[in-house]
Amino acid sequence: MEVLVASAIGLLTAVGVYLVLRRQTFPVVIGTVFLSYGVNLFLFATGRLAVNQPPIYAAGAAGYADPLPQALVLTAIVISFGMTALVVVLALRSFLETGSDSVEDSPAAADETAAAQVTTDQARP
Amino acid sequence: MQTAMNHWIIAPLVLPALVAPLLILTARHNLAAQRVVSIAATLALLAVAIGLYGLAQDGTVRPYLVGAWPAPYGIVLILDRLSATMVLLFAVLALAIVLYATAGWDTRGRHFHPLFQFQLLGVNGAFLTGDVFNLFVFFEVMLIASYGLMLHGGGAQRLKAGFQYVTINLIGSTLFLFAVGTIYAVTGTLNMADLARKVAAVGAGDTALLGVGAVLLFMVFALKASVAPLHGWLPTAYAAAPGLSAALFMIMTKVGAYTILRVYTLIFGADAGAVAGIVTPWMLPAALATLVVGALGMLAARSLLSLACFAVVWSMGSLLVAFGLFDAGGIGAGLYYVLHSTMAGATLFLLVDILVPQRGGAEDRLVPAAVGHPVLLSGLFFAAAIAMAGLPPLSGFLGKLMIMEASRDSGAAPWIWAMLLATSLVAILAFARAGSVLFWKPAAPQGGPAAAVPPLRPLPVAVFATLLGATVALTAFAGPVRREMGLTAAQILDTGAYVRAVLGPAPLASAGKP
Repeated sequence: MEVLVASAIGLLTAVGVYLVLRRQTFPVVIGTVFLSYGVNLFLFATGRLAVNQPPIYAAGAAGYADPLPQALVLTAIVISFGMTALVVVLALRSFLETGSDSVEDSPAAADETAAAQVTTDQARP
Repeated sequence: MQTAMNHWIIAPLVLPALVAPLLILTARHNLAAQRVVSIAATLALLAVAIGLYGLAQDGTVRPYLVGAWPAPYGIVLILDRLSATMVLLFAVLALAIVLYATAGWDTRGRHFHPLFQFQLLGVNGAFLTGDVFNLFVFFEVMLIASYGLMLHGGGAQRLKAGFQYVTINLIGSTLFLFAVGTIYAVTGTLNMADLARKVAAVGAGDTALLGVGAVLLFMVFALKASVAPLHGWLPTAYAAAPGLSAALFMIMTKVGAYTILRVYTLIFGADAGAVAGIVTPWMLPAALATLVVGALGMLAARSLLSLACFAVVWSMGSLLVAFGLFDAGGIGAGLYYVLHSTMAGATLFLLVDILVPQRGGAEDRLVPAAVGHPVLLSGLFFAAAIAMAGLPPLSGFLGKLMIMEASRDSGAAPWIWAMLLATSLVAILAFARAGSVLFWKPAAPQGGPAAAVPPLRPLPVAVFATLLGATVALTAFAGPVRREMGLTAAQILDTGAYVRAVLGPAPLASAGKP
């Protein structure tokens, strides 16, 4: 199970990193989602992998699952869900206002060489 | 243990946390009421901050146990000299910004004042918390409010830069969680004082993992503090943000510097066993690189906003050089520089905001153009540039002098002196070039009739002058302020007192859960 969880975290994070480095906004958003999945699983595993154990210490129980990472994961899920919603809206607004979903666009270059920007944007599919 | 006086420690969090929803729920269509409540709340926050600063003067570390849960299990807030100083600094800056906003910025988009109050909540929380995961939560509160403030007023360019800003911070938050998880997996605690006690006792097999967690966490804080090579987001984001939001964000890079100082003296400081001083070898080179990148960026800037942004990066380099010494002298000098660079940076961004409407179509680009009110504005620019570049007589000069003085006995002193002085010269050149292009070059002949010069509003100029006055006051009272910061630095380095204040006397054997 350790191998399975560890490789799942690694795979999710690798996919996330790859997508975050893309040039369009949509893959970047999906990439941050994958990263947050990876980190949530990771946080869950930091309390050690305990299956079928009570989360609170009980006298009769052989062991217990650490409840703190579960609380941390809950907080992290709520925050990352809210942030994903925000970044989706932001990407959409930015696409609707600029007509391009390219991530890179420096403000200095944009107002000085607006014409050049258009041609480079066309060159980049 | 909890006295009535101690309950004031949570007031900087409770006050904005109540005011922000109140503004949204009851006054969302009434801007006048929003302004009154927001300014009154910020004034009250300043009063509380002054009170807390007075409370911290006796040199004891005051923990506030939220819900009276005993220390390593519940969340603690910590009031000591350092957190009191930072909260007071932020309250002063916040009052200036909220007054500035009522001159018109808060009409350009919706919900400025609620977002502003949430920003106060997040930053104050980050300064006061004594728990690493709680720090993450307050970072998020601070960042979510800052996304709103950065996008305030809208516009295509701002949205594009905003997307980048949000994404880089999302990645930073993910790294933060990885770091927190790693540290928790090794030590079984996230309370800073408890961590300080437990990291030294970590078994030999786990030190590598703990080191990974410590360095990951450093990367997150360095990203927030815009340390090279993680500074790239700042010039894009702050240049696209509204001027007053950028001025308010001056505190956010300082939050990064504050957390570096707190975590890497308290938890991974000198007493941390195998991971003691794990980031020390990286900090100084990174800070020096930040100085160089900032100065070169200033020289290469083609707009005034870009110049101001790289000036901020440069000043972060200076103060991290001081923190990077990790001794009482360096930290004291660095804290003085924190006060200075927050005020001077905010001054610069407010100046750009005042200047841009006076230049017609040229906006903030460094090209010759007609300027309204050239005499007054060039005087203000001169003062702001002197403050930021660190020329006498203003506080930047004294701050840099203190950093050089503090680094005299360090082995890296030649590097620090050479870099600080050389990049200061470059900064002065950049400001001089910008000033002469802005105010001395004759305007290019314009086709149509000259546009009417918009009047200078008294309130923004008054706020600008007050912030500038704060740097003058820092200069005039440099001696007492430096002594205060010296006491603060001594308290930061006395980590034993901090841990005892939070957890009580040390147990005989601190056998932690693995």
